[in-house]
Amino acid sequence: MKALAARRHDRRAPVVLLLLALLLTGGLYAVLAPTSAKAESSVASADDVKAGEKLFQANCATCHGPSAAGTASAPSLIGVGAAAVDFQVGTGRMPMQMNGPQAQVKPAQFDDEQISQLAAFVASLGAGPAIPTDDQVDPSKGDPATGMALFRTNCAMCHNAVGAGGALSRGKFAPNLWETSPRHLYEAMLTGPQSMPVFNDANITSEEKRDIIAFIDEQGNVSPGGLDLGSIGPVSEGLWAWVVGLGLLIGAAVWIGAKSS
Amino acid sequence: MTTTSTPTPTARAAAATADYLDQRTGIGVAVKTFARKIFPDHWSFLLGEIALYSFVTLLISGVFLTMFFVPSMAETTYHGPWASLNGVEMSQAFSSTLRLSFEVRGGLLMRQVHHWAALIFMASIVTHMMRVFFTGAFRKPRELNWVVGFTLMILGLLAGFSGYSLPDDVLSGNGLRITDGVVKAIPIIGSYMSYFIFGGEFPGNDLIPRLFTVHILLVPALILALIGLHLLFVVLHKHTQYPGSGRSDKNVVGFPLFPIYVAKAGGYFFVVFGVIALMAATMTINPVWNYGPYDPSPVSAGAQPDWYMLFLEGSLRLMPGQAEVMLGQYTLSLNVIIPAMIVPGVLFTLLAAYPFIEAFATGDNREHHVLDRPRNRPFRTAFGVSLLVAFFILVLAGSNDLIATHFHLSINDITWVFRFLLFLGPWAAFVITKRICLGLQRKDRELVLHGHETGRIVRFASGEYIEVHKPLDAHERWLRVQHDAVRPVEIEPAEDSRGVRRKGYRTDRLRQRISQVFYEDRVEPVTPSELEAAHHAHGGHDEIGSHDHGHEPAQVGGGQHLVEPDGETGPDARNH
Ligand code: HEC
Ligand code: HEC
Ligand code: HEM
Repeated sequence: MKALAARRHDRRAPVVLLLLALLLTGGLYAVLAPTSAKAESSVASADDVKAGEKLFQANCATCHGPSAAGTASAPSLIGVGAAAVDFQVGTGRMPMQMNGPQAQVKPAQFDDEQISQLAAFVASLGAGPAIPTDDQVDPSKGDPATGMALFRTNCAMCHNAVGAGGALSRGKFAPNLWETSPRHLYEAMLTGPQSMPVFNDANITSEEKRDIIAFIDEQGNVSPGGLDLGSIGPVSEGLWAWVVGLGLLIGAAVWIGAKSS
Repeated sequence: MTTTSTPTPTARAAAATADYLDQRTGIGVAVKTFARKIFPDHWSFLLGEIALYSFVTLLISGVFLTMFFVPSMAETTYHGPWASLNGVEMSQAFSSTLRLSFEVRGGLLMRQVHHWAALIFMASIVTHMMRVFFTGAFRKPRELNWVVGFTLMILGLLAGFSGYSLPDDVLSGNGLRITDGVVKAIPIIGSYMSYFIFGGEFPGNDLIPRLFTVHILLVPALILALIGLHLLFVVLHKHTQYPGSGRSDKNVVGFPLFPIYVAKAGGYFFVVFGVIALMAATMTINPVWNYGPYDPSPVSAGAQPDWYMLFLEGSLRLMPGQAEVMLGQYTLSLNVIIPAMIVPGVLFTLLAAYPFIEAFATGDNREHHVLDRPRNRPFRTAFGVSLLVAFFILVLAGSNDLIATHFHLSINDITWVFRFLLFLGPWAAFVITKRICLGLQRKDRELVLHGHETGRIVRFASGEYIEVHKPLDAHERWLRVQHDAVRPVEIEPAEDSRGVRRKGYRTDRLRQRISQVFYEDRVEPVTPSELEAAHHAHGGHDEIGSHDHGHEPAQVGGGQHLVEPDGETGPDARNH
């Protein structure tokens, strides 16, 4: 079991590679990685936890406290689980650097191994949601139509109909989801980062989460009607109608008018 | 009619047909007079034509769409090429829209042509209206045509709204839901009205077929009829023209309708159609497959109406929710009534009634065929700009979430800023625009009296320096002095010579008050005597005071200017 888990961790290539691999090898991939989520959380090595603790003390303890029990400036991490850490650190939100309405996304500060060590450490503090398996987040196995229906009722009010992003109160916002990796999508639902609600498995089952991932995966790839103008709806269409449409037409009118005199 | 020396067979056939028609309908006379009608030439006169041609485009593409669209709210299950909707329950209206988009050849292009044409139609109507407003083209005898035009704009809004609601996607359903809310907010009869419109509780099963009738029959027929009336008025009144030498209220300087204007206008149709087709071919509009079929529960971020309805959305978004009051056991939803009925009501009433208000304040019932330069009517220009600013702020408020995400601002702050701006913005715009207009008028006076600066400095033997000014030529001067000096109206006293109260005095008082608001601040055009005086003063470099605030020059009454351009620049020279 140990060897298997270690191999899995090693194979956890950068996000982009993963996506590419998914696209290229499709079904083959599923056969190679049939591990379940349960296996994951229970088998972090003691070394990983140790290394993770070191990293934590150096980078996170100032805010989250030396025992990760939280301080006045940051919440406790006991029980948030490996998924929360993998998401927060993997998307570059943590360690937080700038004060603002919400933790900003920036280039990830740690490599994959360090992230998994940090995750192992936080997971060792208390039971919490684990990092999903590749199978759980494989868009090719989800049904985008069910995903669309679920997304519309659970997510679109914040993230826009196709996940292009939207505004929340006081400068907070729900980000665009098109560049988010399937794993981070899953983890975001599972852990509910910052102002986003948590969608645990009782709410949206693991398969349904994969359907949602399949739906998001479809976005931003094909745009049957031409340029998508940001997919933010009628406001950008109106803007373009004035700028391009009326702009060109008035230009032509001035040209025709000028021709006479 | 047929005087060609060697007619080709086609020409002969054409001539014979024309002759046949002429002998039976007498159409030749009409065609001849019409073809000889003179049209003045200016790019801004083409704005109305953009509206006309985009409407034609709407008709053509709309006919195509009706062949495939199914106006029914009956449930069906979608099976088609768009994976993320496969197997989803939806109305036939929505599924036929998807079929149009993905399965009918050219269907998506036609849908996009139709929608882009609608946006451009409304945009051109608004710019056309601005042109008419700022140049004073609505003055007698064209007030009625302004009202016809205004009705066309309202019908355009109605056409856009009813069309937007047809595909039965989430966005269109959201729009209808808001409409339902607004209707229900009407005191007493609101809920009955809503049941009446939707055929039961919202959304019901009747609405789409009803909207379909409105959208493809009722509104287009009305628009078509009113466009006919509108253009008939334009022909009857003749087109207005911009001021310039040789142009007066009694002539029209321009090109005959045929062949020059027809060629230009006909060519312009293809420009308009081409631009719309280009946009439709390259830019997505209303991707309903992203929004999914309507279902009352979900509302997505970025749910907005098309731009011409956005001001209503903004008005609703700005209104604080606390305005709802309870009267006994009844709720009076002022939080909806004010933004959704009173605000647009005020904006639209002011617009529709403006020509009449201005005529009342000016006390003017002459005919006008020469347009105003906007600077010469500071009140009107400033008023128009402030209405536009109010409209624009509401549009921005309707997009507050997008402003928040794109500029990383807090949506709450933006909303508060707009709440204040809605009152301060139009006021500031009014003051500033009026200042600018008065300033430009003063500059015109300067130019007329002193001429252009040449930068050439001359020193006299006495040691005095002057800059040489080049006098304006007749055209330039005429443009700057031709307009009327409009002053606040003078009224007769309240009592006649025998001390009896005069009938109509109260109306006159009101007129006087409004008139003062309109015309108190003004700069008078240069009068001939002033010009004379300036010419006598050496070189014309002295400061000659401009006459603000009621300083009356010797000449009384507007509309007389003696500085006519000389013969060389008369109408004939330009009217070829
Ligand atoms: C500058 C202070 C700061 C630093 C440094 C920091 N964090 Fe955080 N962290 C926060 C704050 C504040 C929040 C809560 C954010 C919120 O809810 O808006 C948070 C939230 C989190 C969460 C989500 C908790 C939950 O309830 O889901 C995780 C996980 C996390 N941090 C992990 C880390 C890790 C791991 C590090 C070190 C690599 C780190 N943080 C460094 C301030 C910090
Ligand atoms: C109440 C509004 C809200 C709802 C509902 C919501 N989210 Fe979020 N979501 C947010 C906010 C806010 C963030 C940003 C958190 C941050 O940056 O700290 C976010 C972040 C995310 C991210 C991370 C994106 C990235 O690239 O970093 C994903 C993925 C995500 N949400 C997916 C979902 C999905 C899927 C659903 C529906 C099941 C959903 N969200 C529902 C508000 C919401
Ligand atoms: C369906 C929408 C409309 C169409 C197709 C249309 C078309 C036209 C056309 C082709 C002209 C002559 C050319 C020009 O001056 O631009 C014209 C003139 C005019 N329009 Fe419109 N118009 C529309 C809406 C409006 C609106 C909304 C108003 C104002 C409320 C308006 C007021 C006028 C007036 C007053 C004239 C006479 C202008 C003059 O003689 O200078 N129209 N219209």
